[in-house]
Amino acid sequence: MANKFIVATAPHMHSPFSTQKLMRDVLIALIPAFALSILVCGLDALRVTAIAVASCVLVEYLIQKFLFGGKQTVSNLSAVVTGVLLAFNLPANIAWWIVVIGAVVAIGVAKMTFGGLGRNPFNPALVGRVFLLIAYPAQMTSFPAPIYPDYVDAFAGATPLAALKAHAIEVGDANLLNMFAGVMPGSMGEIAAAALLAGGIYMIWRKVITWHIPVAVLGSMAVFAFVVAMVQGGVSPLLYELPVFHLLAGGAMLGAIFMATDYVTSPMTSKGMIIYGVGIGVITMIIRQWGAYPEGMSFAILLMNAVAPLINKYVKPRRFGMASKK
Amino acid sequence: MTVLFYTILTLSVLGILSAVILYFVASKFKVEEDPRIDEVEKMLPGANCGGCGFAGCRGMADALVKQEDISTLYCPVGGADSMKSVASYLGKVAPEKEPMVATVRCGGVCAKRPRTNEYNGSKSCAVVASFYVGETACAYGCLGYGDCAEACAFDAIKINPETGIVEIEPDKCTACGACVKACPKHVIELRKKWVKNRAVYVSCVSKDNGAVTMKACKAGCIGCGKCAKVCAFDAITIEGGLAYIDSQKCKLCRKCVNECPTGAIALKGMEPLPKEPKAPAAKPAEKVVEPKAEVNKESVNEQK
Amino acid sequence: MKTFPIGGVHPSDNKEWSCNKSIEVLELPDVVNIPLAQHIGAPATAKVAKGDKVLTGQLIAEATGFMSANIHSPISGTVTAVDMQPNGQGMRQMMITIKREGDEWMPEIDRSSEIKRQCSLESAEIISKIKQAGIVGMGGATFPTHVKLSIPDGCKAEYLIINGVECEPYLTSDYRTMLERGEELLVGVEILKKALNVEKAIVGVENNKPDAIALLRKIVKEKNFAVVIEPLKVQYPQGGEKQLIAAVTGREVPPPPGLPIHVGAVVCNASTTLAVYEAVQKNKPLIERVVTITGKQLKEPRNLLTRMGTPIATLVEKAGGLPEGDVKVVNGGPMMGRAMVNIDSPVTKGCSGVTVYSGSEVYRMEPSACIKCAKCIEACPMALEPYLISKLAKKQMWDRLEEEHITDCIECGCCQFTCPAGIALLDYVRLGKQTVMGIIRARAAANAPKK
Repeated sequence: MANKFIVATAPHMHSPFSTQKLMRDVLIALIPAFALSILVCGLDALRVTAIAVASCVLVEYLIQKFLFGGKQTVSNLSAVVTGVLLAFNLPANIAWWIVVIGAVVAIGVAKMTFGGLGRNPFNPALVGRVFLLIAYPAQMTSFPAPIYPDYVDAFAGATPLAALKAHAIEVGDANLLNMFAGVMPGSMGEIAAAALLAGGIYMIWRKVITWHIPVAVLGSMAVFAFVVAMVQGGVSPLLYELPVFHLLAGGAMLGAIFMATDYVTSPMTSKGMIIYGVGIGVITMIIRQWGAYPEGMSFAILLMNAVAPLINKYVKPRRFGMASKK
Repeated sequence: MTVLFYTILTLSVLGILSAVILYFVASKFKVEEDPRIDEVEKMLPGANCGGCGFAGCRGMADALVKQEDISTLYCPVGGADSMKSVASYLGKVAPEKEPMVATVRCGGVCAKRPRTNEYNGSKSCAVVASFYVGETACAYGCLGYGDCAEACAFDAIKINPETGIVEIEPDKCTACGACVKACPKHVIELRKKWVKNRAVYVSCVSKDNGAVTMKACKAGCIGCGKCAKVCAFDAITIEGGLAYIDSQKCKLCRKCVNECPTGAIALKGMEPLPKEPKAPAAKPAEKVVEPKAEVNKESVNEQK
Repeated sequence: MKTFPIGGVHPSDNKEWSCNKSIEVLELPDVVNIPLAQHIGAPATAKVAKGDKVLTGQLIAEATGFMSANIHSPISGTVTAVDMQPNGQGMRQMMITIKREGDEWMPEIDRSSEIKRQCSLESAEIISKIKQAGIVGMGGATFPTHVKLSIPDGCKAEYLIINGVECEPYLTSDYRTMLERGEELLVGVEILKKALNVEKAIVGVENNKPDAIALLRKIVKEKNFAVVIEPLKVQYPQGGEKQLIAAVTGREVPPPPGLPIHVGAVVCNASTTLAVYEAVQKNKPLIERVVTITGKQLKEPRNLLTRMGTPIATLVEKAGGLPEGDVKVVNGGPMMGRAMVNIDSPVTKGCSGVTVYSGSEVYRMEPSACIKCAKCIEACPMALEPYLISKLAKKQMWDRLEEEHITDCIECGCCQFTCPAGIALLDYVRLGKQTVMGIIRARAAANAPKK
């Protein structure tokens, strides 16, 4: 017979999804924020991102090649995504060797130790970031001022959250519109709420992520801030300014849209995603409100990462035909 | 100074308190267990393979200690030595079993059993067996994806990529039976283990009729019955178009091996008998063979 | 627009290759092989032996018990063998081989094309006629139709749902049947309504077949049928019985052993409904069906009215032969069809189409590590967790699998279709489901005598 028959079980068709394509979509979604960070922080942003991506990819490549053996996994682009996200969590003026250390911790310790993509319990970029934050607190918290010529420093050189924590400013002083557009000091990725939102909408449209986690995180943060504002006095501008301030400041957008939605470390059912998202939002706000650090997004996500397997175990979807009516 | 004092005090009180609580809890919930179970467990191989029928060696040790009659319990991995030491420790009679070895009863190597299609799914015999015949036209033989190798706790089974079927290293095999359970085609059988890993067995489990078998695989048993006729020990039975050699009755005389027209009877660890001798040089052999051949003719007549 | 509530995917439908090809009658085959097991349940018992002469439409194998179906000769000629033959998957099963001599039909079969609408039979008589004709679900599940129509005590049918969804990509046999035999099909619906004694009859059609919807609506209006044509939003697996009931009525069939009738619904495939019409009004048993033969690389995709038992190779020839090189020939559609190794195997009652793939589309994607993206959970129409049950099945943790509702799985393939890592989720889920069902059956058998 001239033909060779190929046999496999159904389905004999596959969707256009692949790991690589999903990661590529995440990268595309990061482009607006990246462009804005170059605009605000200058070419330094490009430098830090390039170093972070290159070292993440290199570390993964070397570990795969010399420790794991087997097929190279670099082509699935997940190391690139980790690199970009790590860079987005750093100040633009940070020294190159700190970036490299962050990449080694992110990929080498947080990801490959557990067996590579799909097996890491914690978000690699965040582990890298938190490691650097604790190891190099000074370098990690001094941010360059935006390079706009007519930039007026409203936050005394600190990030809005740090300024608020130090009682250097009142919430009412912050220009919320500027914060939305990214005109504020901060790490490269967190300063551009508008661009991050655009990326999030792109990812939801491309079905890379679902709405559950970002909405749960941001929603619970807003509600928390609203309650805080109510308790603090409940004057009308504060009631909406404080929630909006918290959503725009710090890593809220970056965390909710890109970090918390990391597939590997987040729960898998939609109910679980909401529980996880609310957990992140609440822990973040607790740290922001009463913690020692001005920002708690990274810690909140890492803490909830640890809870994700438990959520997966106990939160099950409502099975078809098991209607709650009965 | 007071800070230091209070710190030490609180920690010490906490420590003592915890110790007391732990002591009471431990003594309250202490499980009285026969200490011999631990000892017996140490004598077992500790492979936790499940070959004895218990979940692990601990379960087996428990049963060995508690049951009066341990003749039904046997650890295939530790074998007679380990059973003897356990029995002498417990003062019971050691169960005896012949050593066994897992045997792959399929000779459908790639050269003999042509591939008719290519399987592109999960490399699992169980998955393949659940929906189609496999990569060859034989619905009975070894599929070659190594479910047995996966199940083997002793690394005794390897897939041979050249033949497309699995091979068992008899010296590593402990006859725990995990592979027998794992094989969806029931190709693997535990057979009597001879010295130097000698073996004679029908290397085919195809129940198809002869013509169908031959079409699928040139090494298949076609159920012709020649081997059964030549066997002097009544060890070979033909059922459903398939010959089977009872390893308890077989004496490794190897006559059936030469009779088989398709070479489906496998011979391991020994040289085959010389073929029908023609040259006078082989006379001594002829003398041995001839009288038995006559016996066979008689038995054939009796059957008729 | 209605659709089912949970999960689902949108595979590209690929119906353009054959949807505009009208149904053609395939030349009669010279030799047919008729498997005795063409349906769910006990295989039929052969009633003919080698050398017997049979007429087209003659009973050649009788249902073995209630959960089984009659089988009739699709051609006239001589029985040459009743023996084991390889099926499409290469497994040998009992088949009756008939060599054709002319085409002489049983005299009681009405072969005219005149549409006979009047039916004065009682419900029980209709069901008995359907049983006689050996009709089974022709969408692929091959559940005997008379069993489905026999409502168990304590249940009442409220809805008759006709499945004109044909959500499987590529296949167009139901679609062509609805377009070309619409009126007869609707008479079939009326007959089924009478058999079930129900008021509401709904034909569910996905709205990627607007002409079928328009045509059926026109006939309903002009000829005054009490049938509702319900357009449904395109989504796979809408043609799954439970999904269709949920889409049309909003009711969810409880998990096994729950049946559609427990929510008052009976679902019947469009082609099956036409077969019911022919059986009841024309005395014609189920001996032929429309089979789509299609594929991107086929020269002439077609919809062929084919006698049962025709070798699938004949259909492939009719469509221009197999493409060069590596091919995958699938009995059914791409989502649930079964790949074949033996295309000389026969067309059976459940064969709604044959799809042929060639080139790179015959191979699966190289699997990589699970990234826990949860797309399989999102896609699962039964709200299971495919990644988990697949993993548990691989580890053979049967107790856990039962707890995770593996028996709910309808094997629609959405999870594996959508998995970005290309993991063969369904391979192991299917294996786990089969094993767990076996365990449940064994347990039921062990518990039965105590009661």
